[in-house]
Amino acid sequence: MLDEAESGHTGGALGMAEMFAALYFSVLRHNPQDPGWDGRDFLFLSNGHTCPILYAALAEAGYFPKKELRTFRRLGTRLQGHPHLGSMPGVENTSGPLAQGLSQAVGTAIALKMDKKVNEVFCVMSDGELQEGQNWEALLFAGTKPLDNLTILIDRNFIQIDDHTEAVVPLEPLAEKLSAFNWNVLTVNGHDITAVVTACHATKAIADRPTAIICHTIPGYGVDFMENKPEWHGKPPSRTEARQAIKQLEARLLEDHE
Amino acid sequence: MNSKFLNDYLRQPTFGTTRDGFGRGLMEAAENPQVVVLSADLTDSMRLQAFKEKFPDRFIAMGVAEENMMGVAAGLALRGKIPVTGSFAVFSPGNSLGPLRASVCYSNLQVIIAGGHTGFSASQDGATHQALEDLAIMRTLPNMTVISPADEEESRKAILALIKNPGPGYIRVGKHQSLNLTNPRTPFKIGQALTFREGRDLTIVAIGSMVAQAIDAADVLGTRGIAARVINMHTIKPIDQAAIIKAAQETGGIVTAEEHQKYGGLGAAVAEVVTQNFPVPLEFVAAQDTFGESGTSRELMAKYEVDANAIVRKSLALLDRKVRE
Repeated sequence: MLDEAESGHTGGALGMAEMFAALYFSVLRHNPQDPGWDGRDFLFLSNGHTCPILYAALAEAGYFPKKELRTFRRLGTRLQGHPHLGSMPGVENTSGPLAQGLSQAVGTAIALKMDKKVNEVFCVMSDGELQEGQNWEALLFAGTKPLDNLTILIDRNFIQIDDHTEAVVPLEPLAEKLSAFNWNVLTVNGHDITAVVTACHATKAIADRPTAIICHTIPGYGVDFMENKPEWHGKPPSRTEARQAIKQLEARLLEDHE
Repeated sequence: MNSKFLNDYLRQPTFGTTRDGFGRGLMEAAENPQVVVLSADLTDSMRLQAFKEKFPDRFIAMGVAEENMMGVAAGLALRGKIPVTGSFAVFSPGNSLGPLRASVCYSNLQVIIAGGHTGFSASQDGATHQALEDLAIMRTLPNMTVISPADEEESRKAILALIKNPGPGYIRVGKHQSLNLTNPRTPFKIGQALTFREGRDLTIVAIGSMVAQAIDAADVLGTRGIAARVINMHTIKPIDQAAIIKAAQETGGIVTAEEHQKYGGLGAAVAEVVTQNFPVPLEFVAAQDTFGESGTSRELMAKYEVDANAIVRKSLALLDRKVRE
């Protein structure tokens, strides 16, 4: 998808593959045949640049034909460079400018509570975007509300465009900061699908506040020349690099099955 | 306009504020159970107190956090709520432009943004609080409807109209007392300008508190034998192109009047229509690319030449140009 588009963000998207697999194929109540189903859970994406993994998950789940993935970022495509509401069935919110996902998720969580609905709201965010003020406004606000229907999953991969997060503006100790804002905080290995699913289900036991799941991930996970490299944050692979990457990922999948 | 649609403001002048009209209209709009109010710590100033007291379950205190307020409003609208956000315009859209643009406007969600203390109505608070740029900001956002009501009654009608209008909408309100020109019988339709005074020599197109100033100016011009048409252009976007083109054709020149910077606001909007359809001389009564300062609104409007006197001067200059050009 990214190599055909010759643009896009590789590292973060690849690092969140297991998180999206956990969400779309175990956690979320949703119906690809009826994307507007009133009983669905909501998945908000905040770090919109990682949408290749959202699109891949939606296509795999059956929201649209997989062959359309090849139109990513092309003129006239439904797979916009950053997703927006209405662009594609299954896309629940507009995102791209960082820090805008959580506030929207909070608003939807409040609306569901007002209407006495039991749908859950999940918001996937990056760590780098936690440098944005709007996120801390939203974290401060939501932490004081009984929004037990809201869960955020933070892709803690320690990279951002310029460098490693701790070299730019450090976020640690992140779990303590979120706890201090009155959030229920869990930390998991974001590449462990079972751990992510278990954490998402564990939030159901929390009755008075929202939950933050810090998902430790390796950007570019599964491709040796991409892993942990900030330079892979915002660039696509060449045709040859893409072939190599897919070969490595397929080999790893086979290993996992043996 | 039929005189019964306007108050007898010469013999029995009464005064009000657009923020009070907004607050009253909101209470009527609250009949719709989907209406939710979000306040960024300016509940009384924005006239949201009555709503808060009567509908506590539909009132959300956002604290001093305009970006989050805008994003939460978007999230509420995603579930069919009709959120109305309240803050001073220098803070929202001033601080909230990012989420307003992407989360609200790009998604084309019905979020209503009430911007207060606009124009020189923040008076003694000084330039930091005087919103003179909000119309330009709002007008450039796709999907946005932009309304600047002329008086208290029109402000009441404007919020009621926005509650029924799909998509994002901005209502510009102020705290200074201005003449109550309109009454419950005065028509109000989004995008439909109102002609308050007929005239053939020139047209004054005004918004907000400047509509009353324009009528004053037209009276002064009348004593000199000049018949000025006065148009209340309460909706800046979508603008009433037909009314502007007709004014250009029939009166041959337009003066615009707004409590706003000369760039990007009403003057620019009128110029966009006139230059592309029926070019005639234009003059702009507006802040001249400058910040304000502390003072009463009346003092500030005089000093920054945004009042009836300024409209008269620009009208005379326009008539000179009409003769020469």
